Amino acid sequence: MKGSGLKIYAIAYLLFLYAPILLLPIFAFNDGTIIAFPLQGFTTKWFGELWTNKALHDAVGNSLFIAMMTAIFATLLGVCAARAGAMASFPGKKGITGFIMLPLVLPEIIVAVSLLIVLRQVLDMQLSNWTIIMAHVLICTPFSIAILNGAFQNIDPALEEAALDLGETRWSAFRLVILPLVVPGIISSMLISFTISLDEFIIAFFLTGSNPTMPVYIWGLLRFPASLPVVMALGTLLVTLSIVLLATAEYFRRRGLARAGIKDSGGFL
Amino acid sequence: MTALISLRGVQKYYGTYHALRGIDLDIKAGEFFSLLGPSGCGKTTLLRTIAGFEGLSDGTLKIDGKDMSGVPANLRPTNMVFQSYAIFPHLSVAENVAFGLRKSSMSKKEKSAAVKEALDMVGLGGFGGRASHALSGGQRQRVALARALILKPKVLLLDEPLSALDKKMREQMQVELIRLQRQVGITFILVTHDQEEALVMSDRIAVMFEGEIGQMDDPETLYRAPNSRRVAEFIGKMNFLTGVVTTDGGTVSVDVAGLGRAELPASQVPQGTVPGKVSIGIRPETLAILFDGETTQRRVVDATVSEVVYYGDMTYYDVRIAGVESALTISMKNLIGRPVLDVGAKTKVIWDERSLVLLPA
Ligand SMILES: Nc1ncnc2c1ncn2[C@@H]1O[C@H](COP(=O)(O)OP(=O)(O)OP(=O)(O)O)[C@@H](O)[C@H]1O
Ligand SMILES: [Mg+2]
Repeated sequence: MKGSGLKIYAIAYLLFLYAPILLLPIFAFNDGTIIAFPLQGFTTKWFGELWTNKALHDAVGNSLFIAMMTAIFATLLGVCAARAGAMASFPGKKGITGFIMLPLVLPEIIVAVSLLIVLRQVLDMQLSNWTIIMAHVLICTPFSIAILNGAFQNIDPALEEAALDLGETRWSAFRLVILPLVVPGIISSMLISFTISLDEFIIAFFLTGSNPTMPVYIWGLLRFPASLPVVMALGTLLVTLSIVLLATAEYFRRRGLARAGIKDSGGFL
Repeated sequence: MTALISLRGVQKYYGTYHALRGIDLDIKAGEFFSLLGPSGCGKTTLLRTIAGFEGLSDGTLKIDGKDMSGVPANLRPTNMVFQSYAIFPHLSVAENVAFGLRKSSMSKKEKSAAVKEALDMVGLGGFGGRASHALSGGQRQRVALARALILKPKVLLLDEPLSALDKKMREQMQVELIRLQRQVGITFILVTHDQEEALVMSDRIAVMFEGEIGQMDDPETLYRAPNSRRVAEFIGKMNFLTGVVTTDGGTVSVDVAGLGRAELPASQVPQGTVPGKVSIGIRPETLAILFDGETTQRRVVDATVSEVVYYGDMTYYDVRIAGVESALTISMKNLIGRPVLDVGAKTKVIWDERSLVLLPA
């Protein structure tokens, strides 16, 4: 049959990609401490334990704070960079854009180690949530720029001039015309940055102070087999949250394009 | 006469590119003025310097007697209709039109009355609630007009406002723009590369070439007495021949290659004409074919038809005449009983001294 090879390949690929993730909810609701088949029965007690674990709550709190700050700062930087990129060219524009996008392909472990050295050895700073936020802003900004570039470049430059022509200042023209048109891009960028930061492990592991982030805390739990089902429950919640956030981000990105009357050309989803 | 807009020695450089090379221009209040020229000659640049989107590299620009250097676009008494119309896509039609009133001291009621009036004026009454993306090209254009006119600017700048419309719509909007301009009495400066549009609409036209103004005149003068070959080439259709000018006391005559010698009336002799070789322009409609059975008081010369283009109401003939380098184009009205000649037909071409436009060689 024509294309059946391709079909099998696609199904195998999807299984390989998503089967492990499907195991999360299965064992999260399994009434047994050992992660193995056959299943022992249905329970929600692991989710119940999530509610009473103070250390976990602290870790989640840290992560949410870091992710929120990262989303705000990365998007702020992204707006500035994308705005500059959409305006008339200036000397060295290409080179600068290239450098800004570099962290996208830089191995995180390298970023983590070098940041640790700079922060501890050179600057002698205390590790805290803020050191992680700095590093996360570094890795999230390129994503933010990539999303916002699309949003800014789709705007007819004459729109801003028309606003100026009708009596607005540069700032009010930006606020009244450009900003409303890129709001979907901004929301999308914040959601993506938030998601990336929330489950980022390597950098957080290196730069975390006395208070671990959630991924680092989960990693710590793995040493105790008895707590594995709790991790599964937590993982189930995280996967659900990630999917919801990414889908929302994509919705806003597409709405932004539709609003500017542009045909879709790629994106992260 | 005090000019509403006055430019003196205006120069504009983009980096090393010399986009405007010394523009002197006076535009009167209430005038419909057009900037006409081939692509890349600097029309948009000139319009944008008047609007305040581009600074001058040199020279002065005054609007209503006030020097505009250092005055940003938002503080100038000009408004612009952009080529892309630049309708704000996130605002409704009424919100677009009201945009410029944001800073005005009008009450809410006065504002909405003004918006209604502006929309009525451009024939879009009742469209206020529409989303701006649900508009046709012609409607977007009207919204852009209403949005600019609601501020009652001293000058309305229009950058090829009709170029995105189809032919029918364009002709309709030309008439409407003329009507609108008469009605509001605002000075219009129109950029176009369509010579017909400029001729139809303008009180005066500046023809631009490579950052300079080649000629500035009313449409009729521009058409009948172009001051150079490039203006003659750009406006309408023109045949070019060579000739030699001789002067004898007060009379100027010209010996046109292939046609013969003719004495020119004083009104047809440009100032500064000197004896010697010249280029001679002849409009297709100032020549004629002498059909069988017709007679003429004017001069005739033998010719052979080399091409025929039939337009229904008109026929354009290309004819060859001994001693004339290239074929001459002649336009003839297809009057009742008049035949359409075939290629190769022997015929006679009617001309006289009134056909000749003297151009610097
Ligand atoms: N921002 C700019 N930077 C550099 N060069 C420019 C810029 N804007 C225009 N030019 C150049 O200046 C010249 C005049 O441009 P302009 O847009 O005024 O032409 P135009 O007469 O309006 O042509 P068209 O009919 O094609 O719109 C062109 O050669 C153009 O390439
Ligand atoms: Mg132009």
